[in-house]
Amino acid sequence: MTVFQINRKYLKQVDALMLILLLAVSVISVLTIYSTTRPIMSSSLQPNYYLKQSVWVLIGFIVLFIVLVKDYIWLKDAGYVIYGIGIFLLVLVLLMGKSGLGAQRWLDLKIFSFQPSEIFRLILVIGLSKYLSSVKSPLDRRSFFLSLVVFGIIPFILIIKQPHLGTGIILFATFLFLVISKKIEKKLLLILIAIALVVVPLGGKTVWKHLKDYQKNRILAFVNPDIDPRGIGYQIEQSKITIGSGMTFGRGYLKGTQGPLKFLPEKHTDFVFSVFAEEWGFVGSIFLFSLYLIFFIRGFDTALKAKDEFGKYMASGLTFMLFLYFLINIGMTLGMMPVVGVPIPFMSYGGTSLISNFIIVGIIINIRMRRLVMV
Amino acid sequence: MNKEYFEGYASFTVYIIITVFFILSVRLYVIQILNGNDYRDAADSNRVRAVILPASRGIIYDRSGIPLVKNKPYFYASLIPGRTPVDTHGLADLVKVDESKLALKIKKEKNNIFKTIVIKDGLSFKEVAEIEARKSDFPGLIVETSVTRDYVYKTVGSHVIGYLGKPNKQQVEKLQLDDVPPETFIGQWGVEQLFDATLRGTAGRKIIEVDALGRQLKELDVIKPKTGGDITLSLDINLQKIAEESFTDKTGSLVALDPRNGEVLAMASMPSFDPNDFVMGIDSEKWSALHKDKQFPLLNRALQSSYPPGSVFKVLMSVAGLDDGAITTKTPVGCGGEMHYGKWSFGCWKAHGTVTFHTGLVQSCDIYFYDVGKRLGIDKIHKYARMFGLGKKTGLDIVGGEEREGLIPSIAWKQKKMKQPWFLGETFVASIGQGYVNITPAQAALLSAMVANEGLPIHLTLLKGTAPPDESKRLKIKPEVFAEVKSAMYGVVNEGGTGGRARSELVHISGKTGTAQVVKGRVKTETLKQHLRDHGWFIAYAPSEDPQIAVAAVVEHGGHGGSSAAPIAKNVIEAFVKSSYYKKPTESDE
Repeated sequence: MTVFQINRKYLKQVDALMLILLLAVSVISVLTIYSTTRPIMSSSLQPNYYLKQSVWVLIGFIVLFIVLVKDYIWLKDAGYVIYGIGIFLLVLVLLMGKSGLGAQRWLDLKIFSFQPSEIFRLILVIGLSKYLSSVKSPLDRRSFFLSLVVFGIIPFILIIKQPHLGTGIILFATFLFLVISKKIEKKLLLILIAIALVVVPLGGKTVWKHLKDYQKNRILAFVNPDIDPRGIGYQIEQSKITIGSGMTFGRGYLKGTQGPLKFLPEKHTDFVFSVFAEEWGFVGSIFLFSLYLIFFIRGFDTALKAKDEFGKYMASGLTFMLFLYFLINIGMTLGMMPVVGVPIPFMSYGGTSLISNFIIVGIIINIRMRRLVMV
Repeated sequence: MNKEYFEGYASFTVYIIITVFFILSVRLYVIQILNGNDYRDAADSNRVRAVILPASRGIIYDRSGIPLVKNKPYFYASLIPGRTPVDTHGLADLVKVDESKLALKIKKEKNNIFKTIVIKDGLSFKEVAEIEARKSDFPGLIVETSVTRDYVYKTVGSHVIGYLGKPNKQQVEKLQLDDVPPETFIGQWGVEQLFDATLRGTAGRKIIEVDALGRQLKELDVIKPKTGGDITLSLDINLQKIAEESFTDKTGSLVALDPRNGEVLAMASMPSFDPNDFVMGIDSEKWSALHKDKQFPLLNRALQSSYPPGSVFKVLMSVAGLDDGAITTKTPVGCGGEMHYGKWSFGCWKAHGTVTFHTGLVQSCDIYFYDVGKRLGIDKIHKYARMFGLGKKTGLDIVGGEEREGLIPSIAWKQKKMKQPWFLGETFVASIGQGYVNITPAQAALLSAMVANEGLPIHLTLLKGTAPPDESKRLKIKPEVFAEVKSAMYGVVNEGGTGGRARSELVHISGKTGTAQVVKGRVKTETLKQHLRDHGWFIAYAPSEDPQIAVAAVVEHGGHGGSSAAPIAKNVIEAFVKSSYYKKPTESDE
């Protein structure tokens, strides 16, 4: 019963702006997925991606509201347990995961497939936030290296083994972002920079060696898209053509061609923005950018206003991570970054990613809702 | 937690995020606004293909409206390169081509993402069915259609009608065929080439939207093809057939003209070839067989072969001699079968005794015409010959600029060509159409026609309904001259002359035989081997009283023209008389 009492008390504090932004992007997502996967040939059978996505959005909102019910503080209490389960799932996926497209990312739960790495994004921030909020500031050498191994290196290795390079890099970057936000000893920071200067070129070689061919190709194609316009450079080129052909005002909704005609691969997942940009043009794209920008600023505003340290780390870490997803995805579609297979939050088709993003927003709103509570 | 530090850190991050958004927006601006046009073009060429709708070629009719060709569809397999790699092994197997060649072809076009690659020409219906059935296994594989020809009468008239072939590089440039798809055929010979621009029409286009695999989704636009214009020839296919059939086992040529306007009624060159062999692109075996054939079936003898005209030339000599006043009809010449000049001797085929003009021509007396030649001189002979179109191209451009000019010698010509003076002896030889004198069957027909129409210059044409020739250009030759010559030509056929074999029950035919020496000296032609025998000539027109057809026929190594060429000419003239457009002369003309 207490659950509902709390709910009523904080109802007025629910962040309407964030919900509106989320709703707007979700509607855009469903409309764009419909447009790009709509059947063009009368005979062609297309999965109803837009319907599925609508259902996921609906479930997402329900889950989001469930997340709001209980004070997020319980996450701090259960932080290490949750983190342990997360790591366990990552190991499990390596041992018995379902393969798809050369990668082992899914756990088959009979009813639906589930990508632990998607939910682990959230779990990492929970575990790390708990850790950071429970150690002294600034971080000393011991606690830094402990966190580096537990929250940085172990999950990074487990995820790039799947392989899921994009997510691995984003998670590691989020880890660094949060650790530095804790303030670390200057000496340590210098050491960190020094290590980065040495490790990146040296480690780069090692990482390169261990990359799968298609991953190498993507990077090569990024450096020089002309290498093979029909092969590895194709996606980048087609994405640029799709976006560019939108010009100032776009071709108009349902008038885009590159996606539905299958010139653009992964049109409803990683490259859904390109399809949007073709139909809505520069004006529409800037509008969409604005929605995301406001969303990210709101996330950091939430972090600044959070009532406790755990909340601050959670809100800033989760917002930063979503921003990284956005940046890498858009950078990829605009031909500014290698194609690493990272979805754009709230827009790309895909259940697990969408639900976990809704949970993330739920947590951020939860933190904002309870910002005025005295600790 | 150091709150101040965190606040500073978070604000700094927000500024970074804003900066990143700015950078992304600039990139978006560059792609969508600065380069938007280019990308839109690229997108449109991504999804838009132009499928050529070949124009139906115009039909070629004979003068009675009988179609000489039909159009028939031509199929070829193309590949629209998509993103997926092609299973060259399976594809080569399906369309039955060499796998390595196919792979090379595809590799060559690798970067030409949106260009279709023709992988197999001239598919049979069975092959089309096989490909259609397995098309789904090979994304981007399509069967395209073009139009090609079916020559109804096969070998008949093939030298005139010609054939189609794929344009070569020079033709593509010269005819500005850029927008003509690779599988378009153009006229390569004969009427097909001469009137190609009219016959070809304009190809249409179907603009279709395709997906990345090259499958058609919908039509965006259709530009209908414009059917080529029809051509009605002056040729009479029936006459042509009879002419060709009359040559059984013989090599030679026949040209029949309407002397009133120059319309070609028949133009035969034997042996002939079947243009249908060229329709699907001739295979190398057939091509080399045609080329190695010692009878040269591809040669249009009517325009591309020249022969000494022999006694046929005496018609020209008669007109020249009488018009010039070198002789009169009464000038007597004694023929003892031989004429001595210096240390040389010039013979006649028999001793005619004293002859005047009429008997001289009817009996084809060589001695008589030596005398005419001597009186005229070679330059006058040259002048008159040119007036009748001898020794110059007719300009009937159906042999691709390979028409023979023939040769009518002159003093200047010999000086220029051989750096030698002209000898009178050579005039004698020229006077009976031997020596340097060389004309094509088309020129011989022209001579016959211009005698028949009494000096009205005509141009050979293959189109029906040609404007009548310009009366003001009529040669200034006295009508009495033609009357005398025509009377003698009537005698050649009808008064026991050398052309008796051309005498017809149906119509009065006038003509002149000719026997052109292949080897020097008078040898009985029947005793010679085939390829050394004389060429037999016959020129004629009919009806004598109102000429509507003029014919020249030559039978290579046929021996005497009276026996070899005259019956062929007669066949054609009789067929013409039986045709619907023959106008029977009124009785009063008799």
